[in-house]
Amino acid sequence: MVSVRLINLCKYFGKVKAVDQLNLEIKDREFVALLGPSGCGKTTTLLMIAGIYKPTKGKIYFDEVDVTNWPPKDRNIGMVFQSYALYPHLSVYDNIAFPLKLKKAPKNVIDKKVKEVAKLLRIDELLDRKPAQLSGGQKQRVALARALAKEPDLFLMDEPLSNLDAKLRVFMRAELKRLQKELGITTIYVTHDQVEAMSMADRIAVLNAGRLQQYGTPDELYGKPSNLFVAGFIGAPPMNFVEGSLVEEPNDYLFVTNEFKLSLGLELGELVKKGMKTSRIILGFRPEHVKILIKPEKNTIKAKVYVIEPLGRDIIVNVKIGDKVYKVIAPPDIVLKPGQDIWLKLDMDKIHIFDKKTEKAII
Amino acid sequence: MMSVKEKKMKAGRGYILHTILKYIVVILVAVIPLIPIWCMYLWLISQSFSGRVILGIVPSNFTINNWRFLWAPIKMGLKEYPNIWPITINTLFLALGTSGLVVFISTLGGYALSRMEFKGRTTLMEFIIALHAFPAIILLIAMFIILNKLGLYGKGIITLMGIILIKAGLECPMASWIIKGFFDSIPWDIEWAALVDGCSRLTAWRRVILPLILPGVGAIAIFSFLSGWSEFLLVFTYVKDETYYTLPVLIYHLIGEFKFIDWGMLAAIGLFYTIPTLIFFSVSQKVLLRIYVGGVKG
Repeated sequence: MVSVRLINLCKYFGKVKAVDQLNLEIKDREFVALLGPSGCGKTTTLLMIAGIYKPTKGKIYFDEVDVTNWPPKDRNIGMVFQSYALYPHLSVYDNIAFPLKLKKAPKNVIDKKVKEVAKLLRIDELLDRKPAQLSGGQKQRVALARALAKEPDLFLMDEPLSNLDAKLRVFMRAELKRLQKELGITTIYVTHDQVEAMSMADRIAVLNAGRLQQYGTPDELYGKPSNLFVAGFIGAPPMNFVEGSLVEEPNDYLFVTNEFKLSLGLELGELVKKGMKTSRIILGFRPEHVKILIKPEKNTIKAKVYVIEPLGRDIIVNVKIGDKVYKVIAPPDIVLKPGQDIWLKLDMDKIHIFDKKTEKAII
Repeated sequence: MMSVKEKKMKAGRGYILHTILKYIVVILVAVIPLIPIWCMYLWLISQSFSGRVILGIVPSNFTINNWRFLWAPIKMGLKEYPNIWPITINTLFLALGTSGLVVFISTLGGYALSRMEFKGRTTLMEFIIALHAFPAIILLIAMFIILNKLGLYGKGIITLMGIILIKAGLECPMASWIIKGFFDSIPWDIEWAALVDGCSRLTAWRRVILPLILPGVGAIAIFSFLSGWSEFLLVFTYVKDETYYTLPVLIYHLIGEFKFIDWGMLAAIGLFYTIPTLIFFSVSQKVLLRIYVGGVKG
């Protein structure tokens, strides 16, 4: 097993900066997810770690060894691709045995290892089949088995679950996590699905437009997003944002928009005032951190029910403040009608405030 | 009023008539142009096995005398061959040599054209197409000079090797072009997986990618084999020693140099000459159809 360090890693395709000045450290035995929208450079980063792409600038270290210019075959990594990339002309057995054969392992060792891995992933019945005769989930397991068979120091996965159906995906999520913890192989996992990243990874690196936005545990990303992008990307339904400005009053600070005023209190207000670069700020609150009230109370926001989406466990209420729509999660027993007047009480401990210009978090 | 059943019957009759008419038209259009070609083959076969042919097609006096070249000496001008096999071997040598060389070069070249980034790649590809505008015959003199300078002219089997080089050189550009299309259809993921699994680029090419484009390799192998098998002009021009003649040249001389033409033997040799082509096509058709490039997307 190894730890991985990326130092000032850059990859340019012509004028396009696919990855720009990326610094990242992945500890030994850690499960790290690279999360971001498509085209954010996460797969490019993975391919650089694998050695398939040469970085334009920067260095890659495995433990203390600089592997930046090593070919992929010398890095001892196992990789699972989104398309699984099984060799169509080889049987499942030969697919799994392929990396071992290249290592020139003796025949009986190969046979033992292939059967062991196949059993671990419950594909021992399929060893004689060709990839074309397998279902998506089975192909996925074969791809995993092939990557595991060579006993890699580092496991790279490029959206391995996105070609599976929803039910299998949820099942495999737990399965992969268990496997990683059991084998203790350092793993880098690329995904655009924040639920996958949140549920599986020890730490998540959020990327956007080739740059690292934030690197931290799922709780940190959820509780303390460092900028607007991370705040909007993590969590489902996503965080609500309202633009406004800060107004100082005797013994209080108000967050003021065209539609409402909200008292922030002295302590919070001071903090915001200190952190502000420009006069405009953005208030962010998560749908789950709002309480819906039927009657007005002090320091609440008046809104109208717009659409109700029942999910069984709870309901998502789309509310309108002015002409903008926000999402709020409410318990399933609440009775609301579209068009009804309601009042929103924000959990003031859990609100976020961002600078409009720099998009960085102030609190 | 007609009953529903009657209506159906009437419609059914119309339908059958329509189908029959359709078939007649198709058969007329498809078969009539083939009749002259089949007649020629028929003539070839019946001529080669009979002493006399009535009206050009109907055989009589069954004989295998016309096939005596398989075991008896054949004369060609002053040269007498023990039988046809040495010449057949020369032809095979030329065809297989060309085919082997073309497959080797163009699978590597096609891979480079498809997968590698280098300056002037597009220009090179356009240039390959442009090359095909020139017939090989205009290169005849230039290539003669080159062969001569390289010491490959007039030296028996060596000259045949020289011709293999020329043939392969002429075939390679187009073969690389064709095989490039096959390489293009292999997803990068599969190649990357091979690299990560421990292949160098060359082993990945040999052990993973090449097996996936076998149909393409089959195609270029067949085309270059046939092109070598039927090569006449280069052998006719450059080979002086009759020992190293090939079948097309032999057939030419059978017609050209005798005052009296032995049509029976000519037909038999002609038929003999087409046999490898037929075998090659019937065997390789399966390979050509077994196309599973494109990889496995779940």
